Amino acid sequence: MITGIPQSGGFRWTYRAYVTLFFIYLALPLVTVCVFAFNDSVFPSLPWEGFTWAWFFGTDAPYIGVFHERGILRSVVTSGIVAFWVALLSVFVGTCNAFLFVRHDFRGKGFLYILMLLPLIIPGIILGISILVFSSSVANYLEDATGLWFDGLRPGLILVVLGQFSFITTFATLVISARLQKIDPSLEEAALNLGATRWGAVRAVTLPFLYPAMAAAGVVAVLMSFENFNTTLMLVGSDAPLTITMFDRLKLGSTPVLNAVSLLLIVASAILGLASLLLQKRTE
Amino acid sequence: MPVTDRSRLTFYLLLAPLLLWLVTLIILPHVGMFLVSLREKVGVREYETGFANYAVFFNEPLYWNTFARTAYMSIAATVLTLLIGFPIAYYIAKLTRGRTKTTLFLMCLIPFWVSELVRTFGWMILLRETGVFSNVLQWAGLADAPVEMLYNDAAIMVGLVYTSMLFMVVPLVTTLDSLDDSLIEAGYDLGASGFAILREIVIPHAMPGIVSGCIVVFMLSLGNYLTPILLGGKDSLWFTGLIYSQFITRFNWELGSAFGFLLLGLSSTIVFIGLKLSRQSLGRTMAQ
Repeated sequence: MITGIPQSGGFRWTYRAYVTLFFIYLALPLVTVCVFAFNDSVFPSLPWEGFTWAWFFGTDAPYIGVFHERGILRSVVTSGIVAFWVALLSVFVGTCNAFLFVRHDFRGKGFLYILMLLPLIIPGIILGISILVFSSSVANYLEDATGLWFDGLRPGLILVVLGQFSFITTFATLVISARLQKIDPSLEEAALNLGATRWGAVRAVTLPFLYPAMAAAGVVAVLMSFENFNTTLMLVGSDAPLTITMFDRLKLGSTPVLNAVSLLLIVASAILGLASLLLQKRTE
Repeated sequence: MPVTDRSRLTFYLLLAPLLLWLVTLIILPHVGMFLVSLREKVGVREYETGFANYAVFFNEPLYWNTFARTAYMSIAATVLTLLIGFPIAYYIAKLTRGRTKTTLFLMCLIPFWVSELVRTFGWMILLRETGVFSNVLQWAGLADAPVEMLYNDAAIMVGLVYTSMLFMVVPLVTTLDSLDDSLIEAGYDLGASGFAILREIVIPHAMPGIVSGCIVVFMLSLGNYLTPILLGGKDSLWFTGLIYSQFITRFNWELGSAFGFLLLGLSSTIVFIGLKLSRQSLGRTMAQ
């Protein structure tokens, strides 16, 4: 913090006002969404018709709350299943990648590292269409060749999981590598000197040291998977995850039930986000 | 470490998932997409190889105007995000400390953990004809009738800047944090004006953060679909919207793939130029 610099009072106040305005700008859309979740009106807009919990717990049409709205509940479950598999796969592959890039030297390492980072600079929608095009041609080829059906390669949850996994793994790799670089190699050597096998030393010493980072990567993966839209949009089949369902409703115009879902999402993602930060802090 | 058979086995076991992931989900799909984009439909299930799909793009003004429009709107969004975000990053990095600093930083982060859909929904409620701003204006007597602020370029810009802000502020705060305060103070002691210090000390030091922030924001804006479609309406003319309609509505995958490749080309070119201009490597930029 810089203290020793004279600044005119006017400048300081303008600067503070600007920062305040900025944070109002950041908060405004989220606060608005949350406030209108409690409006006793079938449209998420003014005028304010009074306070209600109906958009959470209501059972009578048109006041059907989130907890009684089948379509939304089903898509939350779908999103949960997708997020679970994405997190599991990306943390597993991310951990392998971390060991590979941190512990091994080999020819072409720099090139593979750049390749590993590429998913970050490919727009999500292009990742989606490329996987869609590729898997469909593989499915066509296999179906022509064998006469069997390969539904897993057609738009649907498997492709959604693979599509999200394809770029979330990069994040998992970066988070876990950062932690692995910090471990003191003498700890593992001590275990080896004490007669542990290589794998035994990794399991007893290194992996426990990595758990917080793996957990953080998992939480980040769940968050990113839940909110992903672009890649998912191109790969989705008949079972729509939450963001897709919400998008369809939004285009048609919807009741404040969407605000209620959004409020729950905001709370859940804030909690998950803080959890990932705390986990990563423990790794430092 | 001696190269034993076992450690070689470990190496290959670790290499396998990486290669499997990169080859089947990144490399082959993009090669496949490129091949599809070279396919010309000449009849039912009859194809020839050629650049016809790319020719369609260059011969149809709508397509390539949309492409250009997406590019310059994204550049505008990037510049705006930088101009708005820089003072904030400087404030967080240099003018606060301890708990205030952590709180402000968290307040920047939280909106971005929330789905982009929710954020865009918030802007729709604020900007639309029956929305909050319109009502406030009428109540204040500044407007006689409801004002539609949605479905125009300004609305798209507001949404893009909002969505990208974090990716600018975080790298800026990181680089500004590493700037030694005494350098700025020395500048003042030697009689430099605030502007000179900004130009000679702060901005050169923050350059890596500025570059990586700009690259990420530009890419995100270019590849954005939700914000232009929801805030810009049907006539938003965003290139990702064209790709979507070729794929899902028209079912013309050949043309859609060509469009996808053009967008990918544009985005990679800009990233490459940005990295070259700032003499940075992809690894370092992305790690920030």
